[in-house]
Order: sequence, then structure tokens, then C-alpha cells
Amino acid sequence: MSYDTTHASVAHNEEHEHHQQETTIFGFWVYLMTDCIIFGTLFAVFASLCHHFAGGPTGKELFDIKNVEIETAILLLSSITYGFASINAHKKNKGAVLVWLLLTFILGVSFVTLEIKEFHELVAHGAGPDKSAFLSSFFTLVGTHGLHVTIGLIWMFILFFQVMGKQGLSTRMQTKLTCLSLFWHFLDIVWICVFSFVYLGSVV
Amino acid sequence: MLGKLTLSAIPYDVPILVGTFIGVAVIGIAVLAAVTYFKKWGYLWREWLTTVDHKKLAVMYVILGLVMLVRGFADAVMMRTQLALAYAGNPGYLPPHHYDQVFSAHGTIMIFFMAMVIMQALFNFVVPLQIGARDVAFPLINSISFYMTLVSAILINISLFVGEFSNVGWLGYPPVSELQFNPGVGVDYYIWSVQISGIGTLLTAVNFITTIVKLRAPGMKWMHMPVFTWTAFFSCIMILTTFPVLTVSMALLALDRYVGMHFFTNDGGGSVMLYLNLIWSWGHPEVYILILPAFGVFSEIAATFSGKPLFGYATMVIATGIITFLGSIVWVHHFFTMGAGADVNTFFGIMTMFIAVPTGVKIFNWLFTMYKGRVRFEGPMNWIVGFMITFSIGGMTGVMMAMPAADWVIHNSLFLVAHFHNVIIGGVFFGYVAGLSYWFPKVFGFKMRDVWGKWAFRFWFVGFYVSFMPLYVVGLEGMTRRMNHYDNPNWHPWLLVACVGVFILAAGVACQVIQFVLAAFDAVNKKPDALDLTGDNWGSGRTLEWSLPSPVPHYNFARLPVVRGLDTFHIEKELGRPAPLAELEPIHMPKYSAVGPVLGACALVIGFALVWHIWWAVIAGLVVSFFTVVHRSANLDIDFYVPVEEIRADEEAFAKRLAAAQAAE
Amino acid sequence: MKRLWRFFPALPALMLSGCTVDLLQPAGPIGEGNRDMMVLEWAVMMCVVVPVIIATLIFAWKYRASNEKAEYLRNWSHSNKIEVFIWGVPILIILVLSGFNYWSTHYYDPYKPISKEMLAKVGAPNAKPLRVEVVSLDWKWLFIYPDLGIATINELDVPTKTPLDFRITSDSVMTSFFIPQLGSQIYSMAGMETQLHLLASRPGNYQGEAAQYTGPGFSDMRFRTIAMPQEQFEAWVQSVHNTENPFVAKEALDAQTYPKYQAPPAVSNEVAPKPAPVLYFSNVQSGLFESIVAKYNVGNNAHGKDSKPMGDMPMDTHSDSQMAAPSNTGM
Repeated sequence: MSYDTTHASVAHNEEHEHHQQETTIFGFWVYLMTDCIIFGTLFAVFASLCHHFAGGPTGKELFDIKNVEIETAILLLSSITYGFASINAHKKNKGAVLVWLLLTFILGVSFVTLEIKEFHELVAHGAGPDKSAFLSSFFTLVGTHGLHVTIGLIWMFILFFQVMGKQGLSTRMQTKLTCLSLFWHFLDIVWICVFSFVYLGSVV
Repeated sequence: MLGKLTLSAIPYDVPILVGTFIGVAVIGIAVLAAVTYFKKWGYLWREWLTTVDHKKLAVMYVILGLVMLVRGFADAVMMRTQLALAYAGNPGYLPPHHYDQVFSAHGTIMIFFMAMVIMQALFNFVVPLQIGARDVAFPLINSISFYMTLVSAILINISLFVGEFSNVGWLGYPPVSELQFNPGVGVDYYIWSVQISGIGTLLTAVNFITTIVKLRAPGMKWMHMPVFTWTAFFSCIMILTTFPVLTVSMALLALDRYVGMHFFTNDGGGSVMLYLNLIWSWGHPEVYILILPAFGVFSEIAATFSGKPLFGYATMVIATGIITFLGSIVWVHHFFTMGAGADVNTFFGIMTMFIAVPTGVKIFNWLFTMYKGRVRFEGPMNWIVGFMITFSIGGMTGVMMAMPAADWVIHNSLFLVAHFHNVIIGGVFFGYVAGLSYWFPKVFGFKMRDVWGKWAFRFWFVGFYVSFMPLYVVGLEGMTRRMNHYDNPNWHPWLLVACVGVFILAAGVACQVIQFVLAAFDAVNKKPDALDLTGDNWGSGRTLEWSLPSPVPHYNFARLPVVRGLDTFHIEKELGRPAPLAELEPIHMPKYSAVGPVLGACALVIGFALVWHIWWAVIAGLVVSFFTVVHRSANLDIDFYVPVEEIRADEEAFAKRLAAAQAAE
Repeated sequence: MKRLWRFFPALPALMLSGCTVDLLQPAGPIGEGNRDMMVLEWAVMMCVVVPVIIATLIFAWKYRASNEKAEYLRNWSHSNKIEVFIWGVPILIILVLSGFNYWSTHYYDPYKPISKEMLAKVGAPNAKPLRVEVVSLDWKWLFIYPDLGIATINELDVPTKTPLDFRITSDSVMTSFFIPQLGSQIYSMAGMETQLHLLASRPGNYQGEAAQYTGPGFSDMRFRTIAMPQEQFEAWVQSVHNTENPFVAKEALDAQTYPKYQAPPAVSNEVAPKPAPVLYFSNVQSGLFESIVAKYNVGNNAHGKDSKPMGDMPMDTHSDSQMAAPSNTGM
């Protein structure tokens, strides 16, 4: 295993990278399907437990729709800003990519902060996840989404510095940015479902 | 500092466990000492542990699977001897506390760490070679998959000697698996080892779906794919759609146990029915995940040893697709006794029965593959005949259980236990063993001694009937599963027979071990007639892997094959191989990487620490994993090119061996 | 191992001794239905399985490589005729079985009361059903006869030719209530009430079991089901009221005494927990079963129980007529 890349022609290398990019993005889609099923299952769990209040508070009593609307707006906006980052990545416009990524990152962090605040308030009011099956499924579903957003943010943080560094906007970096973009938009779609089924569904 | 872990967690007062521990420790120390003595640590690390080569990973999967087979089999022997003894006031030698862990470990290990592991071994070895690829789509992720599987198997075995294992069966039904009824760490061991191995399996599925979709050789259309690859593909699709459900069910059970949530608890509004639905909407497809690749193996073997193409290739593919679909919508048949309405039960019952149609079609296809062929009964072919007989019987009892009105009395009985061993041993296990002996020469470049394989088959075939036919009978006599002792005189003779059966099976396992040992012996001594010179060891291989030298070079294909139809290698043998169009080119390959073993070690630490509530170690494990991934992500030096000179030298050596083989004939 | 071998000389004798194959020798119309369905399916499936096995053996023998005389079609791999046959035959068989499946699942539905037809068949067209409330505990069975005001532990006494109307719940883990010779089983689950309808057509002493693993005491979680003619059953009911009967508890089963009987036996790692002895109660507080169901039912507001769930109220202060079973769940 002691050979290195110097043997290869540059053209060959590029062709390979292009093929690898296509494969990676396809593979990432396949991975997203597994995540999709995880969320689907959690939605099903929530649907079957959402009336099991066990004498505890109901969603109608607990949820502050205003706060959730702000969260929704922030997350949707962050998808748009990430979209701009993607466009600029294709144009190989490094500076713009960094700015848009930073903006997306800030929006993402605000989203997570608001969510933590919401959770904290619920627990402080005695409506923690151990109160009832309804609250268990609520915290798990929304928390899993929040965890995904957090992981997305950490990923974004790392990519930010990698784009800044020597890798720049190489094919490999572009692949990574594309995968993160799929992930980020996917979480947005999941959030829309959370907003409609969990929050609006409980309040109406 | 060490969470719940104290010295009292070590069961030094249970002689069986102490004996086992000493045995394992002696073997372990001997292996480590041997590696040290022969100065093989560097070799082991560079060539095996850090490998991303799908063929080497396959070998490691097989070793893991076989070791786990022996472990799970030891559990089976203990259960059968306990039930032979524990009659009419005799408590046997295993109190419930121990016995219940044994049957839980048996099920968990045999499914997750034997069957799933050998299945992934076959995927890894065969699929890239059959589709003309140089590796899987994500070689590093492949290595990570292996390490997740490995460490979860290690974790489950640690439970033997530190603490205890789950006592509630291989599916961990709540509420008996909840903290209220089960405060020990056994269920936690179960949860985390299943969870970690589930990650590995999911990554394998993502990897192989991508590989099959994106990396097929030029010209290989979907309907040119060998049947084994098809079954692997469908199996991976089922993993993709159902393993996330397992992940969720385990996570929710863990949340119940760790933070007091109320998903499946009796109180707080939890619902046990929810768990049953979740776990079986994974659990039922799981058996199809296992059996489809076995069907694939049989399809390959039937064609090769009958000297004919597989009968009804298109039918086979369609039937596999139908099974994939139907297998995903029948899970409710595992709890017809839960009190669902008659219409619901009817729907799931009829859907279940309809699975018999595509499965029956497959049996007929293998039958007509033998029809008017030249059937050679070398090792692998024995298993398929044994399979067709045994599996037909298992299918019959399966259809019996699909009718709710019948299932209401045989549910949870030993009839059920006999049924699923009938299909899992007669189908999955026979298939995987056949597959291992079929591709063994391709993996290592030398053959196993057929006679030991034949004896293994005879013992397994006879042993299966002696072990499990009595269980059908006691099932009809109303014996439920998981009993530790009993006083019904009608059951006793049958359980004695079953106990004899398990020792016949043990003889089969012994023959298999001997077969592997002798093969290794022959290889070390370079026994000339054990060598596979041509690469087409069975002389009638039809698919691409047989066109390669054995063992296969690390880059697989010197030139990517051009596929002109089904059974490409057979076509090439008939019509002649097309002259190479292009000169040899350097081949781009991934470098080996330590990321797999490092992440594996972290997962082991995290799993163990979660079981014992050692939170700092969980965090440490996560931090190390995180930096490992970040480091890898920033690493640009991850691939290399195989120089043309090396490939040419390999090609010439293979040509020489082919010529020598032809001269010998 | 030595112990094991000792049994072998006795093996043939044991096999010849009069065995009961519970599921094939049922003692009631439901069990007969279960059996008939099993046998029917077995018979139909044998029509395929036997030919397949024979064909496998014949083909393997006839087309063995050493038999040079046999025809060899080295490229033959498709035949429309055979394809139609191999799809058609299984589909036909499964369609037939599906018909039986639909019919039997509805006809023998465990939730459906014993039909007039079945009653007529056993010669008791006007029999009134006997209600029995079943509670699975760690690791015993409690049977409450609400109409008779009595209860038993680990023994179920029933009259023959009388529809048995079981309501089943659990005050512990989930398990399955099963009397093999009478037929179908149904799960028992805490906070839920499941139903089962059986009938014993002839007197007998049948085994009854928990058919779902429940923990260390699982193997001894069994009961005898004693079916007897109506007069004998009435005599038995009388005997439960007889204070000299050694099986009868000295106290009533009510909110105060229930926890004592509900409590699981001591558990150790070395031996199986002691099985619970048979016990009769001559007096049972009415509504006990409902309160056992209700104490876990607090979460299921959606099911709209009439009685307000006990919710957050501390349960042991609940002492009005709607008695509350104490909770061991640490809510």
C-alpha cells in the first residue's frame, strides 16, 4: 500500500471525482430515507399517544404557538440562506459562501436556543417528559428534530472552517456542502410536519 | 466514578459462567500470545484491522459470525438439556434467573450476531464481484459497519461476565422489560448491543444499495444482475425501511428506562401494544431480510451445480420483489391474540398466506432448475436439497399459523418455536452455510475438504428433524415457549428426543469446525490439489466472480468487465472473452484507515458506559468519535493508484496458473 | 448428563402411555374450531408439500450427473406453461385457504359470544353465560366470578355446557390467558380489558397457562381448569362458602386485602419463585376488577371511561364505594 497519487493523470482523477460525487450524493439520499423513516415512526408514536395525558396537562394548555411560529420562520429563513450558500458554492464564490453559511448558522443556533428555552419552560412548569405518554412522545419527537438540527450546525461549523482552509471549494467540499444542504432542507420539511401535526394539531 | 458498576456485578458464584470465563480467557490469551510470538501485530493492524477492502471485511464478518454461532449454539445446548432434566419437581441445573438469560441471549445472538453477520459477510464478498465493481460505494463506511457489528457482539458477550444479560427474550417485550419489573442491567445490555449493531446494519444497507445502483459494470442492466445481487438489493431495501423502526423502538425503551418516560410502561399512559406494533414491523421483515439472500445463494448454487441457467430468472426477481412488499405488511400476525377485530386479523392473515405464493414459486423454480440438468452433489448442493425439503415443511406450518383461528392456540407455543427454527435453520442457515462453502475457494484460493462438509450436512439435516419435530408435538400438547421446568408427563419424552437432537446438531457444528481447521491446515501446507488455480473452482460458474483469479486481487478487476447479458462469465466461456479494448490503466483505490477501529472502540466504550451509567465515559467516547470524524473529514490523503506494473504482473501470474491448470487436465 | 441417560430406558414406555395432545383433542367447540382449521390447512398444504418433496428427491436422483442417460437441456430456462402452473397452483390454494381464513376468523372470533349454533350442538341451547373476570398477577391467576361474589386463585372451576364469558386484564406485566384444550388464547394487559369466549363441552381437568413470558415465576404461572356438570358446579360454589373448606381464605377479597394477594413472591437468583397455592374467596368486593383496570387507565382519556380516572389523586386515600385498588406503580 505504498503507492501514491502521482502515478495518475489529472484527467483520470477528475473523472473519478465526478463519479464519486454522484455516488456520494445518491448514498446520502439513501441515508436520508432512513432518517425519514425514523421521523415517520416517531410521528406514528406521537399519533398513537397524543391523547394519553395521564392526568397531566394537554397540548392545548401547554403550547405557546407564537414562539413556535417564530421558530418556524427562523428555520424556513435558514433554508433560504443555505440555498444562497449553495448557489455561490456552484459559482465558486468562496467569500459569499462563507457569509451565507454564517448567516444560516446564526439562524440555526437561534432556532435551537428557542427550542431549548421552550423545553426548559415546560419542565419548569412540571410538564417534563416523564409526566405522561403524551409528553414523552412530544419531547422525543421534537427533541430528535432539535438534535438533528444541532448535528447539522456542528457539521456546518466544521465545513465553514474547511471552506476557509486549503480545501476551498474543491469537488470534495462541494459534495459535502450539497449533502449538508439536503440534510438541512430535509429537517425543514420535517419541522413543517412537526409544526402542523404536533403544535397546530394539539391546539386546534 | 464507575456508575452502577461494582465488584458484585461479577457473577463469580455461578460455576458455569466462571468456567466459561476461564475458557474464553485461556483461548483469548493464547491467541494474543501467538500473535505476539509470531510478531504479527503490525501485519494484523495494517492488513486486516484497518482494512477497507470488502473481501477482507467479509472474512472478518465470517469469523465473527462463526464464533457467535458457537456461542449461540452453546446456549441452545443448555436450554435443551435443562428441559430434558427439569421435569416433575426436578429444577434442572439452570434456575430461571440464568435460564431466561440463556434463551434471550440465544435469540439475540443467533439473529443479530450470527445470521445478520454471515449475511453481511456474503453481501460484502459477493455483491461487488458479481456486479463488476472494484469495491463498495463507501469503503470506509463499510469498515465502520463491521466495527459496529463487532463491538456490539463484544458488548453482548461482556454481559456474560460483568452483570447480566436481558431475561425477557430476543424482542424485549415491555412492560416486563421496563425498569419497574427489570431493574438490572440485562435489558440495557440488550438495548445497546442491538442499537449499535443496528447502526452497522443500516450503514451496510445504505452502502450496498448505493453500490448496486451506481457501481454496476458497464453494460450491466438491472435484468442482467445475478440473482444473489438482486436478493441482496431487496434485502437491503427492507433493512433501509425497517431497521430505523428498530432503532426507534430501542431508543424509546431506553428513554423509558433511563429518564422515566412513559412509552410502554403500565402507568403514565404508556402502551404495550405500541411496542408490539413497532418491534414487529421491524421483526417480521427481519426474517425476510435474512431469508432473501439465502434464496439468492440457492439460486446461484442450483444453476451452477445443475449445469443449467436458473429456471425463470425474471420470475425469481419478481417473486423476490413481491416477498419484499408483502413481508413488510404482515407484522400483525405476530399478535393475533391481542384482541384486534376480526377484519384486521383476517387482512393480516390473508396477506401472510399470500407470501406463500412467491415463496412457492421460488421452490418450483429451483426444482425446474434441476430438471433435465446434470446435477453434481458436491458440498453446497447437498444443502439445497435439504433446504427444499425442510423449508417446504416450515412453509406449511407457517401457513398454518397465518390463519388466526389456528394461531390462537399455537401462538407462543413450542409449535411456533419449531416453525421458525424450521425456516431459519432449514432456510437461512442452510443457505448461508451453502453460500460459505460455495464461495470459500474464491475467497481463499483453496478448497475445503468436501467430505467434512457432507458430514456436517448429514448431521444438521437429521439433527434438525430430531430436535424440532418433537417441539411441534409438544406445541400441539399445549406447551408454551420459554418454560424453565414443567410437570406434564406427556411432554417429557419428546423433550428428551429434542435433547438428543441438539447433540446431533452439535456433531454437525463439530464437522464444520473440523472442515475449517483442515482447510487452514491444507493452506498452510500448500497442499497442491487443494489449490484453486482457475478461479472457476466448480467448473461451471456463471457469474462474474468466477472469471477472477482466486483469491481475488485487492482491486478485483484488472479491467472493468463489459457485460453483455445475464450470466456474463458463462457467455464468455461459450463465445470467448472479448479482446481487451484498452490498455491497462492505474486503478484508483481507497487507502486503509484506522477510523473504523477507533470508532468501534469508542462505540464499545459508549455502549458499556451507558449500560452502567458511567456518564463521563459516554462523553469521552463521543468526544473522541467526534474528533476522529473531523480529522478524517479534513484528511485529503485517502486514496492511491495501483500501478499498471502490479496489475500486469498479477494478470501474467493468473495466465500462467490457468495454463498450468489446463495442462494438468 | 448422567441424569439424562437414566431416562432413556423408560422412553418407549412413556411414549405409549396415554398421552393427551391437547390441541388435537379439544374439549369444546372453540377448541374444535381451532383444531379443524389447523387440520384443514395441514391437509391442503400437504397436497403441495408432499409432491414438492417427492419431486425434489426424484429430480435429484434422476438428473444426477452420473446418470448420463437422462436428458440434458443445458440452456433451457423458461417455459410459459410451467410458469403458469407454478404461479397458478399456489394462488388457487391460497385463495381457497383465504376463504376459510375469512370465515373462521369471524366465526371463531374470541370477542364473539358463543353462538346459538354451538350451544345447540352441545345440547344446551338456552344456557346462560357465566361471567369470569381474569386478572394475571406475578405469577398467578386471579379468577373473579362477579355474579357469584366469589373468587379463586390458580384454579378455574367452570360448569360444562355453559358459555364462559371472560374479561381479562393484568395487574402486572402482559401475558396470555390460555387453556389449550378449550381453545383460543387472548393477551392480558394492564389498564386494558380484553375478552374471550369459551365453552367446555365435557367434564375434565385441563391445564391452563400463561402463554407469554412474565418473569422468573413464569413456568409456575399455571392453573387447573376443572370443568364439571352444572349440579356439581353449584355444589362447588357452595363449598367455597363453607368456612371449613381448607382452600377458602379466612377473609374477603377487597381493597384492603387485595395487595397482600397481589404481591409477588420472593425472588432469588438461585431458585424459581414458589408457585402460589390454590385459594378460594367466599366474598369479593364488587367492582374490584374494574378498579384494577382503572388504576392503570389514567392515561387513556381518549377511551372516555365514565368514571373519572383516578389521575393524580393519591390512591390509598380513596375510600368511597367505588373502591380503589392500591397502586404499586409508584406514580
